[in-house]
Amino acid sequence: MWQAGSKESNDCLITLKKSDKTKIKIDSIVGHLFHNQILNAVKDTLKSDNINNVEVLVEDKGALDYTIRARLKVAIKRMMKDV
Amino acid sequence: MLNGVKRKIPNNLPRFVSSDDFLNKKRKLVSKKKKQLKTVFFNSYEEVFDKFNIKDKTTLSFHHHLRNGDRVIQEVCKVIKNNKLNDLHFAPSSIFPSYTNMTELIKKGNITNIHTNYLNGEVAKVISEGKLKGKLIMNTHGGRARAIESGDLAIDVAFIACPTVDRSGNGSGAIGKNACGTLGYCVPDLEYAKKVVLITDNLVDKLDDYQLNGEYVDGVLVVDSIGEAKGIVSGTTEVTKDPIGLKIARDCSVLLSDLGLLKNNFSMQTGAGKTSLAVVNYIKEIMIKQDIKGGFASGGITKSYVEMLEANLFEKLYDVQCFDLEAVRSFKENINHIAMSASKYGNPFEKDIIAEKLDFVILGATEIDLDFNVNVTTDSSGYLIGGSGGHADIAKGAKVTIIISPLIKSRIPIIKEKVTTITTPGEDIDILITERGIAINPKRKDLIKKLKSSKIKVFDIKELLDKTHDITGVPANIKTDDKIIGYVEYRDGTYIDVLRKVHDDYIK
Repeated sequence: MWQAGSKESNDCLITLKKSDKTKIKIDSIVGHLFHNQILNAVKDTLKSDNINNVEVLVEDKGALDYTIRARLKVAIKRMMKDV
Repeated sequence: MLNGVKRKIPNNLPRFVSSDDFLNKKRKLVSKKKKQLKTVFFNSYEEVFDKFNIKDKTTLSFHHHLRNGDRVIQEVCKVIKNNKLNDLHFAPSSIFPSYTNMTELIKKGNITNIHTNYLNGEVAKVISEGKLKGKLIMNTHGGRARAIESGDLAIDVAFIACPTVDRSGNGSGAIGKNACGTLGYCVPDLEYAKKVVLITDNLVDKLDDYQLNGEYVDGVLVVDSIGEAKGIVSGTTEVTKDPIGLKIARDCSVLLSDLGLLKNNFSMQTGAGKTSLAVVNYIKEIMIKQDIKGGFASGGITKSYVEMLEANLFEKLYDVQCFDLEAVRSFKENINHIAMSASKYGNPFEKDIIAEKLDFVILGATEIDLDFNVNVTTDSSGYLIGGSGGHADIAKGAKVTIIISPLIKSRIPIIKEKVTTITTPGEDIDILITERGIAINPKRKDLIKKLKSSKIKVFDIKELLDKTHDITGVPANIKTDDKIIGYVEYRDGTYIDVLRKVHDDYIK
């Protein structure tokens, strides 16, 4: 399991796990307004980093897209270091 | 039918027209309650219920001066549960998170209708989710006084928590182990409820100075404790350290200066939040530097205003509720720290009210829309999170009404095309100050003109909305449930908006 970020206001905590296929779970305080934007930010970042077969959990406290992308990229780097 | 702010209000109900419309109406006033010759002393809450014949469908009122420290409303709820009473109508001036005993009574139908000016915590949550069988009516502080004095809100029994009471039934909030200062919100209840009981934990022989006149009091109940003083403190005594809040506060003080609003004898009111406190500090600096002495500040009074009164920067403080223990102390000691009733504060039909004498007010917003309508009642998914309190009253009364808020709070833009719920009509909102720019209501051409030579850049509110969406993305439209759970009643007694149940998808 690899993580980046925090559960502070305006931030998000990203948790990555190995998986047999890509799964994205979003738990956001602004999910009712921005679910699709958050999902797209995650999908785009995974695609640009060529990442498949991970389970992504986004625990979001109102982070903007660039924060979500940055946190996910760091989590991915931490994962790559280990495998 | 659409009302004056384009909200659909059911046909049989009074529709909001405009904030000035009360001028076209005649004041409705019922007579005050008969004065008493003798005050009865009770031994228990149960005895009060028995003697005042509190049964199903009775209307009970309370005040919120003890805020999260209040124990009276909790005890009354216990008796209602034990006596298995149903369909009660509750009219507390506000509802706080500590009023937990109300929750079960709402769910089970013991309490079915509520009038209040502000609510948050568990009670707000269950009502938002549609658990109140009747309706919730959200008033303003001045509007509640109007409703009581006009007979629109008829109270059977007022339970008034009172820090000190004397043997004649006179009451004071200034002294006692649970002293909370001025008791402005319960004055209409005292004078107009059919029966009035003061609940105290400090009985004295004789009070020379009192706010509540014993001639209106039917009974007194002495208990071990009416609450806990530490729960009384509301707001904060800390100035914000957040750079966004500080920028907003500094810009606000510059703007006030540029508009010429800081001059001898000026009057003002702010909220009690951390950013408001920073604004007050900047104003204080300007007053000292330029040797300005203000006329009065009003409100919910906090420590920072007490310090300014004591430093001779204001002549007087008009106080409807003390927000912290320093304000309580000052209210007791300083003759220029003056109590005002809810009616004298903001009732549109009362003469010479304080709200009408204010030069400027600085208020918050959960949402503000392109018509400058403000929501402080519900959040972005429709949950009840507050209410007007005095917001709509002083926004109408003051010559200049300023909203301060960050443009984005946890990704949520505060500017919307249309606010979820209208608490205060846009016609009474003049200026919005955010960390990324200021917008002025186009109808205030005088203010726009005055700021022509100012360093402050003024944006169209739509430009600020577009700037926000560039950062956050465009939020989805929220789903609403059809079920009407209540109404937002404007201060003149008309309905400015409808409250709907939170959509099942958002229930937490």
